[in-house]
This record gives sequence, structure tokens and C-alpha cells, in this order.
Amino acid sequence: MRQFLRVAWVVMRKDLTVEMRSREIVYTTVFFAASCVLVFAFALVREGRPLEDAAAGILWISIAFAGTLGLGRTFERERHTETLRALMLAPSDRPAIYVGKLLGILALLAVVEAVLLPMIGVLFHAPVMASPGWLLALLFTGTVGFASVGTLFAAMLVRARSRDVLLPVLLYPITIPVIIAGVRGTAAILQSAPDEPMARFWAALLLFFDVVFVTLSLWTFEPLMTE
Amino acid sequence: MSRVFAPLAFVVMALFAVAPIIVSNAPYEQTMGLVQKVFYYHVPSAMLMFISAFVCGIASAVFLFKRSAAADRVAVAAGELVVLFGIVVLVTGPLWARKAWGVWWEWDARLTSSLLLWMIFLAYLLVRRYGGPGSEKLAGAMALFGMANVPFVYVSVNYWRTIHPKTSVVMTLGPGMRSAFWFCAVSFGMLYVLLLTLRRRLEDQQAQVERLYLALDD
Repeated sequence: MRQFLRVAWVVMRKDLTVEMRSREIVYTTVFFAASCVLVFAFALVREGRPLEDAAAGILWISIAFAGTLGLGRTFERERHTETLRALMLAPSDRPAIYVGKLLGILALLAVVEAVLLPMIGVLFHAPVMASPGWLLALLFTGTVGFASVGTLFAAMLVRARSRDVLLPVLLYPITIPVIIAGVRGTAAILQSAPDEPMARFWAALLLFFDVVFVTLSLWTFEPLMTE
Repeated sequence: MSRVFAPLAFVVMALFAVAPIIVSNAPYEQTMGLVQKVFYYHVPSAMLMFISAFVCGIASAVFLFKRSAAADRVAVAAGELVVLFGIVVLVTGPLWARKAWGVWWEWDARLTSSLLLWMIFLAYLLVRRYGGPGSEKLAGAMALFGMANVPFVYVSVNYWRTIHPKTSVVMTLGPGMRSAFWFCAVSFGMLYVLLLTLRRRLEDQQAQVERLYLALDD
């Protein structure tokens, strides 16, 4: 178990170190997410008044879009330098490598969300500080759910043709429950009178989704990545 | 297989020839009238769509963990049938909904989960077709994850609201309707078995042709 966590930690640190040198993925992904929110703001804010309930939806759509972009770029980098094969040849548990990659993606998405939240608050008049605990719980569980499936699929797609198109094609239908739960839960928090029991229900559903899909991913990563 | 095929095809053809007569002879439902008859084709197709999704998911799991190429061929056949029966469901459903609810589409639990299941398996077929070499595994994971996803979609949409008739409606049918319904359900079930074996056989033969080509090259 300690060995497992150590490998996961090392893989994540490797990803973050590579990223810190160029900051390519984090800058482009954050910029992309911010432009997404702006595009929605142009479409959905009329005469200074945003559409009711729009903030939660836009937050999650932007996370999903930026997440897809980030996932694609992270594994494209591994493919370009042929390092995924080297990683797979390493004498360590394959699932530990998966966890390491997942942690790297989560760190990237955390940065994206830290930028998105204030933007949503300002542009859509959303009370993001109304109940920060539940908002963070929803964001965390939702992001883990999205990234757990996304990391597995992006890793598998490294070898496939037309991988850029196939990633969203595969990922979005599967992660629809995450989007539904994230949007409904966040909307319950961001409305004028926060509805915490509702947020709790959706956070619990997300947690359950995370448990099932992280387990499934750990279980299938080994056979899927074996050539 | 080929010995079973001809009689099975004949029986299925006979069943589908008789089905319209049985459906038209079944009593009219009090409030819906004629439009209720779509139920006899809609419900069996929906049942088979979900069964087929599970067949595909389980076959894919066997393929991934046991590396059995035969299981993968079953998965392809089942995956295509999900999409096929899904089309029947998604076309007949709105026909009924327009009359019953006044709208073609409603974001109801059952409708949304059926649509998403259909989309997942459409994506499954897209990966198989355009994923290039090695895409069977990717598709297998998609089927497995898609199968695991069904309950989540169902719960999440169910929590909004649901207006679709419950499945228990099948048990409360009047006698004339019940026999017609089960007749159609059996017909569709046999059609499904027929198509599944036929499609799997095609995959088997393709695999064999490929093997022979390779043997010839050596």
C-alpha cells in the first residue's frame, strides 16, 4: 500500500514538474475556461441581468470543456515524447500510475476552478460565498467523478486514431450524471435561499458515482493498458 | 447454428405476420384509444434495448478480463442491437407522448436514461468504427462503463420528476391486452435472439476469413 501511494505520488510530481517548467497546459486551459464563461456571459446576460440559475450550468460546462482540453493535452504530451510506454514499463503497479495521473489532472482542474468561481460570481451575480463548504464538496466530488473516467479514457485513447474527437464522444455521455448532479446541486446552493439538504443529496450521489467509477477504473486500467 | 437458424427465422416471420392482427384485435384502452397500441411495440423494444446493453456490457467485461475474442464478437452484435432497438423506442415513444402528454419530448427519468443509454452505445459503435487498431478494448471499456452508468442516470433524473408510466403497468393490463402484449414481447425477444446470432455469426466468419488470409501470407 505504501509502495502504491509512493508511485502515485511520484507520477503526480513528475507531471507537475514538467508542467511547472512550461506552464503550457495550465495557462491554455485556464484561458480557454475563462473564454468559455465570457462566451456564455455574452449569450445569457441581457441588460446586465443574468438568466436565473444560469451560473451553475455555466460553471460545470466550463469545467467539462476545460477538463476535456486538459486531459487531451496531458496525454498528448506523453504520446509525443513516447513516455507513456516508458511509464507502463516501469516495475510498479499499473493502477498506481493511473492514480498518479488522476491526481495531476485534479490539480490542474483545481486551478481552473479557482479562476472560474470568482468569474461566475462577478459576471452572473452568483453568491459563491453563501455556503462555501457545500460548494467545495460538490466541486470536489464532481471533479473527481469527471476526471476519474476522463483519465482512463484519455490514457486508452493515446493509441487510437482521431483521439481528439473520440475523447469528448466517449466522455460526455458517461459523465452526464456528474453534470446533472453538479449543476442541480450547485444551483441549489447558488439560489437566493441556499437549499442545503438538496446539495447534500447531490453531493452524496456524486460521492457514490466517484466510488463506483474510481473502482471500475482501477480494476480495468491494467487489462486496458496491456497491449 | 445454421440448423437452428432457418426454423427460427421462419417462426419469427410468422410471429411478426400475426402480430398486427393480434394488436388490432386487442381491446382499446379507455383514455388513450388507438394511440395506446404503440405500447405493444414500444415496451418490448425498450426491454430488449436494456437487456442488450447488459449483454454487451457483460460480454465486454469477459473480453477485457479473459481476453476472449468470442466474447468481443457477442459484444459487437449486442452493441449494434442496442442502437437498433433504441431507434424503435425513441421513435415510437414520442408518437405516444405527443398524444398523451401533448409534447414530443419530456426530460423525464425513463426518457433521459434511454436516450443516454442509446448515445453511449452509439459512441461505442463510433469508437469501434473510427478508433483504429486496438479500439476493441476501448469500446469494451465504454460498454462496461455505460452499463454501470445506467442506475446513476436513472436516479439523477428521477429526482427531478417523472411522468412516464411505471413498469408495473404491465402487470395491471386487462386480459385481452395482456395476451397481445406478451405475444409481442415473445416475438421481439425471438427477433432479438435471431439478429444476435446472425450478427455474431457474421463476426465469426469475418474473423475466420482474416485468419485464413494471414495463414496464406505466412
